[in-house]
Amino acid sequence: MIPVRHAVEIRDLHKSFGELQVLKGIDFTVDPGQVVCVIGPSGSGKSTLLRCVNLLEQPTSGMVVVEGLELTDRDADLDAARRRVGMVFQQFNLFPHMTVLENVTIAQRRVLKRGKAEAERVARDNLDRVGLADKAGSYPAQLSGGQQQRAAIARALAMNPALMLFDEPTSALDPELVGDVLTVMRKLAEEGMTMLVVTHEMAFARDVADRVVFMDGGVIVEDGPAAQVIGAPQHERTKSFLRRVLDPTHTDV
Amino acid sequence: MTDQLKTAEPGPGGNPPVRAGLSPRKKQQISRAVQYVILVAVAVAAVLLIDWASLAQNFAKPEVAQESLPELFTVALKNTLIYSVGGFVFAFLLGLVLALMRLSPVRPYRWLALVYIEIFRGLPALLIFLMILFLPLALPGFEVPGGTYGQGILGLTIVGAAYMAETLRAGLQAVPKGQMEAARSLGMSYGRAMITIIIPQAVRIVIPPTTNQFVALLKDSSLVLFLGVSGEYVELTKFGNDLASTHANATPILVVGVTYLLVTIPLGYLASRLERRQGKGR
Repeated sequence: MIPVRHAVEIRDLHKSFGELQVLKGIDFTVDPGQVVCVIGPSGSGKSTLLRCVNLLEQPTSGMVVVEGLELTDRDADLDAARRRVGMVFQQFNLFPHMTVLENVTIAQRRVLKRGKAEAERVARDNLDRVGLADKAGSYPAQLSGGQQQRAAIARALAMNPALMLFDEPTSALDPELVGDVLTVMRKLAEEGMTMLVVTHEMAFARDVADRVVFMDGGVIVEDGPAAQVIGAPQHERTKSFLRRVLDPTHTDV
Repeated sequence: MTDQLKTAEPGPGGNPPVRAGLSPRKKQQISRAVQYVILVAVAVAAVLLIDWASLAQNFAKPEVAQESLPELFTVALKNTLIYSVGGFVFAFLLGLVLALMRLSPVRPYRWLALVYIEIFRGLPALLIFLMILFLPLALPGFEVPGGTYGQGILGLTIVGAAYMAETLRAGLQAVPKGQMEAARSLGMSYGRAMITIIIPQAVRIVIPPTTNQFVALLKDSSLVLFLGVSGEYVELTKFGNDLASTHANATPILVVGVTYLLVTIPLGYLASRLERRQGKGR
């Protein structure tokens, strides 16, 4: 039997910060082209799980395989592996001393060793994709939060990643700017990008995700098609979490 | 609070507190008047008691001041700038290395940097210069490259780097953690991320305190005097001191002092302007 090559494969992943166990044995996979949303209460370990996928956090034990390469192998070339994995942060983390165009070209030039002309062409294509073609010369501080996040998405896309990680990409945005970012992400999903998204946006999870994973207390409680996990949750913890998120004015205080 | 209100009837709309004696405004006026009287008295005493002719003769004699030109600028100021700019550049580079060592995950690096900083921040700059002077005795055959300039710059580098390291460390730590994470997630190595992303931001953050450190180095460059420099290598203080001895007149000291201020005061303004501009940018 030929093993199926997953985009991401995680086996028995544990992560502790000192005494605090954040991840208590996670097993899950993402297949190429899939969009998987991770939902759950804060402190459930979902961001830590995401950060373990590109080894921004060193797992305490377990195995992380991305695109067939085991990142938890102590001799793995993490820098090379991270080139294939785009990451979008809650706080955008654009480089403030560079223009938007420089933000999107710097890693292409320094990491992928692309020429100046090629890097700029790729950068402009991707800025166009996220609707920021006219902001190439601006500095991050001159952009709104939604524009900054879209620039950060363009920066990640310019590396031609096989997989995109989103860590609560809309949590730091004003409500009226959330839609711009989610629309860009939906377009990306429709183009076939493999995406792993930690989010509180239930509408996005329901409409765009192929699968939804509900985490609580450092374990995966429920994992299935979006319609099932959000529409007809099986576990009591999932039900209570969704009640609180979807109907926040009627929670049991 | 409660004491002041004791005189008043409590309750809404009650009588205002009754004031005894002078109002605070009047008291302040009287105090201010007394201060002015003292100031005027000191000024008058100074005018009457000081022998102005002798003072001018000793500290501001135009002939002696003229004598210092043009070497004051072409030799002395030039050398002061060579010593302090040279010292600053090397102190900055060494300070950056020390700051990176201080933040390194490698423990021996952290210790080495800490030992250096603690030692050379705690020693008087003069002592460092004296050590450099005696270096050839300790290491026979060793010579500081660059001769007198090299020795002066070395002394200022050793002293300046210890301070610069701490400033730069603070600057590096002030760059948000997310910047390194973003750089690493784009596939940059730790070193590459430091060079292209973290250090440029840290340097921007430390420009104002670093300008002040340059002023400090400029003043410390006067210690080159103790290296026994002469001729074409003299800097401002030594130059003033020599000329003052020759003429048995203090005018050159004053002239040299003014020359230092010509450099340090504009720099101080520059530093505070940069600081304000940076404050706005955040």
